[in-house]
Amino acid sequence: MSTVENTLALPAARRGPLRRASDLLYTRRNLLLLALLAPPLLWFGVVYLGSLFALLANSFFRLDDFTGQVVREVGFTNFVALLDGANLDAARRTVGMAIAVTLACTVLAFPLAYTMARHAQGWTKALLYIAVMLPLWSSYLVRLYAWKLLLAKEGAISWLAAQLHLTWLLEAVLATPVIGGPSLSFSTLGTFVVFVYMWLPFMVLPVMASIERIPSSTLEASADLGAGPSTTLRKVILPLAMPGIAAGSIFTFSLTLGDYIIPQVIGDSTLYIGQVVYRQQGVAGNIPFAAAFSLVPIVVIGVYLWLAKKKGAFDAL
Amino acid sequence: MTAAVTLDGVSCTFGHGAGAVRAVEHVDLTIEAGEFFTLLGPSGSGKTTVLRMIGGFTLPTAGRVLIGGADMSHEPPYARPVNTVFQDYALFPHMTIRENVAYPLMVRKVDRRLREQRAEELLALVQLPGVGDRRPAQLSGGQRQRVALARALIGQPQVLLLDEPLGALDLKLREQMQSELKALQRRVGITFLFITHDQHEALSMSDRIGIFNAGRLEQVGTPAAVYEAPATRFVAHFVGAANVLEGDAARRLTGHAQAMLRPERITLGAMSGARTSGTVAEVQYFGAFTRVKVDAAGARVQADLPAGRGFTPPEPGATVHLHWDDGAVHALAGAAA
Amino acid sequence: MRSSRSSGGPTFWLKAAAGAVVLFLHVPLALIVLYAFSAEDKSYVFPPPGLTTDWFAVAWQREDVWAAIQLSFQVALASTALALVLGTLAAAALARASFFGRDAISLLLILPIALPGIITGIALRSAYHTLEIPFSFWTIVIGHATFCVVVVYNNAVARLRRMNPNLIEASMDLGADGFQTLRHVILPQLGSALLAGALLAFALSFDEVIVTTFTAGQQTTLPIWMLQELIRPRQRPVTNVVAVVIIALTFIPILAAYFLTRADEPTHR
Repeated sequence: MSTVENTLALPAARRGPLRRASDLLYTRRNLLLLALLAPPLLWFGVVYLGSLFALLANSFFRLDDFTGQVVREVGFTNFVALLDGANLDAARRTVGMAIAVTLACTVLAFPLAYTMARHAQGWTKALLYIAVMLPLWSSYLVRLYAWKLLLAKEGAISWLAAQLHLTWLLEAVLATPVIGGPSLSFSTLGTFVVFVYMWLPFMVLPVMASIERIPSSTLEASADLGAGPSTTLRKVILPLAMPGIAAGSIFTFSLTLGDYIIPQVIGDSTLYIGQVVYRQQGVAGNIPFAAAFSLVPIVVIGVYLWLAKKKGAFDAL
Repeated sequence: MTAAVTLDGVSCTFGHGAGAVRAVEHVDLTIEAGEFFTLLGPSGSGKTTVLRMIGGFTLPTAGRVLIGGADMSHEPPYARPVNTVFQDYALFPHMTIRENVAYPLMVRKVDRRLREQRAEELLALVQLPGVGDRRPAQLSGGQRQRVALARALIGQPQVLLLDEPLGALDLKLREQMQSELKALQRRVGITFLFITHDQHEALSMSDRIGIFNAGRLEQVGTPAAVYEAPATRFVAHFVGAANVLEGDAARRLTGHAQAMLRPERITLGAMSGARTSGTVAEVQYFGAFTRVKVDAAGARVQADLPAGRGFTPPEPGATVHLHWDDGAVHALAGAAA
Repeated sequence: MRSSRSSGGPTFWLKAAAGAVVLFLHVPLALIVLYAFSAEDKSYVFPPPGLTTDWFAVAWQREDVWAAIQLSFQVALASTALALVLGTLAAAALARASFFGRDAISLLLILPIALPGIITGIALRSAYHTLEIPFSFWTIVIGHATFCVVVVYNNAVARLRRMNPNLIEASMDLGADGFQTLRHVILPQLGSALLAGALLAFALSFDEVIVTTFTAGQQTTLPIWMLQELIRPRQRPVTNVVAVVIIALTFIPILAAYFLTRADEPTHR
């Protein structure tokens, strides 16, 4: 074809500032990297790290009782106050709840995770996956609200108890000192149930992933060597699923530790860490103390992460 | 006439200090305009890095890269009158074939109707009319390769770089594309710079070949020159099969310290007039020729004997006498690789 | 390889337990939808005495609900825009480069979402207080944008890693400079991943409550409105209706994002 040999007159390449910028960034790759990273790093450095630093700094300041102003001097007033009875109680209560929630989530998640990992394929598995993720995709507050209604005195659970003639059981539980309360929707037990509900999906998925990684041959070998199902569960499956459990527990533990809304809405009037922090920075205006108290969950989570890492949680994430 | 591409003392080193990798070491090379030049060498020999330095994707750490006489050592790819056909074709998956081919013109703000028309012409040139509206995922490997070619040619570059473009094709298709590429280059008339590790491809398609080994350019020459007069032992072995004689045997038989003898230049004959004799170690049948490996002159010498009427290959263990004429021996200079 | 046949299939108890857990996860949400149509004024009575759509009309009239929705919407839009820019820039820098500190930067991006909301919240609060910055629209947006970045970043990085790196070289080879390549090759490839990231960021910001309560002062976003209703209910039925609306508003973008990026995730079934 003769047309190809005819040369086409091409317009000259543009030479504006954009072009020069492009040349520069091409030949100096480090400059390009810098240009790309500068805005996000600046933002995170200033906004996020800066705030964390402000948090840390404030935890050493104190609130002057008379003037209501923050005194910006390094001191340990807040940390001493942390050891005060009520605050210690709140810390203990919160950690206790976090542990209980983690255990319950593990127990509940396990059958579902096991079924999904070993007995579901293709469509069923995708459906189950969506079924587990769906609650996560709906609003946290809406799910909390749903439980508030469920647990209420005239709500669905009371109705169910009445139908099953178990109202006496419900009232007995509510009368129990630590876990009970005026109604399910204002009790420690209620708080516990809602926490478990909220964080359950976070436990199911990592455990499922862990169990998926156990080769069938291992389980078959266990049966072959004479172990019954419960022995296999205890000695083979559980240890191998431990990294997944540890990974899931990071979520359940730290989410429970930092949550102040669920205890506020569902709990009785006992305080959790989050509530103390919230009240101190709000009504009381005592930001320094709130900051100091918020270091408690950070430290606890740090310790927990360290323990979880030893159990192999990070490999399972 | 200005050379199309000149490499002047070009080196490329990746990394620093003890772990630095010298991918290309001090290469001097001149490629003439309108040539079909092939960079040949094993993997890791530096030929790809040289190509990338000409294309602008890697910048040299020493030396100059001149294109059309102008120093373009540190120019970005878009500023060089060089286009590339990549090994995996790198077609834009989100564009149609026509848009892919027209891309260089689109970037230069050529009017749409004109550039689409031109794209069609180029597609016809590579024998792919009518696929303009499809997407790359819908084409076969061979078709995609032609599209990549069309796309690289539409901008009228001075030099076309082809990075092992035929590697992914099956044998028959590869041979067909070899002829087509050669014909295309003749027709379009621009300089083609071709990379391959396949010496047959290099020999059959090139005007000249540059052979790379461990970052150095070992020899540049026409296919015949490279085949019949290899500069180094490495070249002798890499391009075609070679018998390399050295030491006492070499001196005795050829008069050189190190010499090369191509297997097809050796014949078996009578004891009188023979250069040397030996025992047959192995016989391999290749249809067009039979390869006979003989232990002689302190080495294993390979002779490729053509098939012919009445030809019976010798048995292993038999004594044979090797003949060759003086012109078949080529002295090798330089140390072994 | 999972073969239920070889291990004898799931027992009845196992299936029952798994089914019970799934039910446990879904019944509350189903109930809320039911309650939105309940005719009972106190509305958490079970079973609902009758069904009606009247409450939807009532909710429609409520000024405070609309104001809260509007604020949430604006905050989510601004936060998403900021997160898009910052997240894409970060992804472009980190997707293929390897340099000292790269892992540290990825960790930094994920930290706002990994640490409990209350930490991020009180940290920002301390900063605002110390610097004497009054609460405003922007104090909320700053917090939201910060934890939304990682959502955009993850999507962008997954897509960039999947993209053929030769495409950028090919584009430049054919005459397009960096910016033209960005416009004609990179952004189209990134497109749906960025959209998915934006949708997720929007949903995240729209739904967020903990950090917001620390950074909003007197302002009321929709989650804050919801929280107030939870503590001091005004009109329960209206709250039910709003809850159903929230489910729809946050669920739809997340589902869309899931379908947009299914191909990018390496472990996805």
